[in-house]
Amino acid sequence: MTTDKEKTTSLDDMFGDFAELVLENVTIELDELKLALRPMVQQMAKTVARPALEIPKSLIPASFKAPIGKYTQSIQEITIGATKGQGGSRGNTLTIGGHTAPAWDLFQAPPKHPPIVTADVFDMPISLAKAVKMHYKEVLDDPAEWAKLVVNKFGADAVTLHLISTDRALGDTSPNDAAKVIEEVLQAVKVPIIIGSAGDPEKDGPVLAKAAEVCEGEKTLLCSATVDVYEDIAIAAKKHDQIVLSWTSIDINQQKELNRRLFEWLTPEQIVIDPTTAALGYGLEYAFTIMQRMRLAGLLGDEELRFPISSGTTNAWAAREAWMNNPELGPRELRGPIWESVTALALLLAGNDLFMMMHPAAIKTLHDLVDWMKERQKIKPEEYPDWTTLIIPEGT
Amino acid sequence: MAKLPGPLEIYPLLPGTNCKECGEANCMAFATKMAEHTVKLKACTPLFQDAKYAKKLDKIQVLVRPPVREVVIGVGENAASIGGKLVLYRHDLRYSNPTSFFIDVPDTLDGEALAARIKAIEEWTYVYIGTNLRLDGMALRGVSQDPKIFATAAKKLVELSSWPIMLCSLNPEMLATAANAIADKRPLLYAATMDTWAEVGEIARKHNLPLVAYAPGSLDNLSSLVGTLRAIGLDDIVLDPGTASRKGLGTTVDSFTQVRRSSIIEENELLGYPTIAAPITVWADYREGEAPELTKWDEVLTASALIVRYADLIVLHSLDMWTNLPTTFLRSNLYTDPVKPVAVEAGLMEFGDVGPDSPVMYTTNFALTYFTVESDIKQAGSTAYLVVVDTEGMSVQSAVAGRKLTAERVAETLEEYKVAEKVNHKTLISPGMAARISGETEEVSGWTVKVGPRDSSGIPKYLQEGKWKEE
Repeated sequence: MTTDKEKTTSLDDMFGDFAELVLENVTIELDELKLALRPMVQQMAKTVARPALEIPKSLIPASFKAPIGKYTQSIQEITIGATKGQGGSRGNTLTIGGHTAPAWDLFQAPPKHPPIVTADVFDMPISLAKAVKMHYKEVLDDPAEWAKLVVNKFGADAVTLHLISTDRALGDTSPNDAAKVIEEVLQAVKVPIIIGSAGDPEKDGPVLAKAAEVCEGEKTLLCSATVDVYEDIAIAAKKHDQIVLSWTSIDINQQKELNRRLFEWLTPEQIVIDPTTAALGYGLEYAFTIMQRMRLAGLLGDEELRFPISSGTTNAWAAREAWMNNPELGPRELRGPIWESVTALALLLAGNDLFMMMHPAAIKTLHDLVDWMKERQKIKPEEYPDWTTLIIPEGT
Repeated sequence: MAKLPGPLEIYPLLPGTNCKECGEANCMAFATKMAEHTVKLKACTPLFQDAKYAKKLDKIQVLVRPPVREVVIGVGENAASIGGKLVLYRHDLRYSNPTSFFIDVPDTLDGEALAARIKAIEEWTYVYIGTNLRLDGMALRGVSQDPKIFATAAKKLVELSSWPIMLCSLNPEMLATAANAIADKRPLLYAATMDTWAEVGEIARKHNLPLVAYAPGSLDNLSSLVGTLRAIGLDDIVLDPGTASRKGLGTTVDSFTQVRRSSIIEENELLGYPTIAAPITVWADYREGEAPELTKWDEVLTASALIVRYADLIVLHSLDMWTNLPTTFLRSNLYTDPVKPVAVEAGLMEFGDVGPDSPVMYTTNFALTYFTVESDIKQAGSTAYLVVVDTEGMSVQSAVAGRKLTAERVAETLEEYKVAEKVNHKTLISPGMAARISGETEEVSGWTVKVGPRDSSGIPKYLQEGKWKEE
């Protein structure tokens, strides 16, 4: 093969500036050329087949037409939280959804409501990756203080209180115990709050029903209704006018099915969907694609999928590359939060609206990204730096 | 979406000799696979080698040309193919040609530093589900702004590495000198601009090289530039609509999306070329003496956004593991074929020289979970039975929450694969993430359940300590 390559090279060198001249004769020589020269011959043959080129003297003007898509319905707007005037006790409300175009197709329409971050708070100490734990060690056994920390210091838009101690295997605390913690957190912060259950099939229904009652007027989001446990939650949400997270496992048909069942009790203003978030490197593409499909389906008329989307982005920490203590992979204090950030970024671009997150740097990054992306800036050609000549210090 | 040709349109343009050189049974089988985009046209060697098929070849190349053309950079087995995209969304079929990562090599590096940089780029790797993640090419930058230094560095680079090269300078004289020196390595020229298209176009034409059309901040300009380069007779074009980070990220994502959407959905052939992004541009904001981590952080974000939004090649400076692991992982994830099954078969797997004393563990049949566990056991050389429970392709954590992994299902699987007959004990090691169902599993199955590590990287140590054998 080397000899063939050499031949090609030498022929190319030989033609050099005279390629055009040679091209005029090439049709005659076609058959005489060796097989190894085929790519070159094709190039020539193609050029020969075309009329002689006239080299333009100046740029040929052209214009670009923005590729606007046609969408038939908008994503449902959902408002979480209620102020005093609205019957609740929150300082502000948060609205998500309302989009009329695929995520971040700014040329068509910017997001109606920019995506938001809610920070996870747990009602008992839990095991956390070191890079996360270092930011929470003072508040691990005080959910109210924990909530204050994520709002006041980390800038979370909302708080998700996970009532994991209600799990029969983790303390089996009662719905009334849970109600007390909810009240403490409602007292501690003014932002809207979101309530998460433990994932215990026996307890989730009664716990979330109690939460719906305690949060009367607050327009909280109850997490989560699943295909196995949804009736108690939907009934309570209807009675107390709360919102429900409809959570499925990476299955778009299951998501439609669960939403259909929830429609029996809930109006479209009461549903947020979550197709399950898998970590970067560990199935993120399933979450990414299903979110993208749900958003498109919603815009194209699917009544069962036209809802804002939520992601348990903290799941990014399930990836060992995020937390493993391995100096060869670089400091985990950076590796962990960048893992959560990139997981969030991919889903942001797929169309996610509500991010449940933990690491303060990742929370800040998500806010930065939304801020950087929410509208087109007019950037003049000369404002783009010439990166080809940048002097970047060696060793960085 | 652009229509993709079917087998009946492709078949008449093949030789029709059923020669099997492509590895298929006959030309119709090849046409069918062509339509599914699971084989490449170049596998039909007679079509390319026999001059009598020249007309057919021309026609079929137009017929099967993807809405985003493919451009090849470099030569030999390390050559990088970029573009060749068929769909806007991966769920419409799949993405082909994963984003190529070209890494910064400034021409100002002296001999030793240059060699070290090249080695570091070539050796950057990480094992991920059985494959080695790697970088793809060298972006030689004309930082010196001296044509001779640039060309000398290019020559040194090809002596030291057979990886594909991008020659980066907005100065045509720099590109001409370096292209002359290494034209036979088929470098990508960066870039022809609104001002330099005639000179740079001429260099590309003279050496038959791929080139980048760079018109930042205006898709009208980009269209005009590409149209002009095509009029010169160039067709191996790569598009750069301009990369801006931070406050400019939305605009950048928007421009790349418009270009790709226009070529695939609206069949705008003029912009049907691969795209290049330059996350390296974040370094323009870096001031010497500052901690570089924040700049690297921005580079990762810019790169990640553009891997998602249609960049076929990205130019990066950072070479750290913490910066390039998330980006290479993201690339792998998004370029995975979406029809690839999520699940492996349930059953009983054996690792090492198993016997009646060997430990019995279980996991789920989600492909990623299974392969991660498998790789951890194999790499440590552990001896064990691994029961793979059918959770409908869900990970342990999701399957427990979604009730696809239950005590009953674990018990049924133990029963079905007659695990009790293989060993002389009844101790089952459960994934740490399935701790919640361990009590119930003991009741239903009659086995003693020991809760193992939460991450399978802890399995070798866990087995070595032998705690599972304790009463």
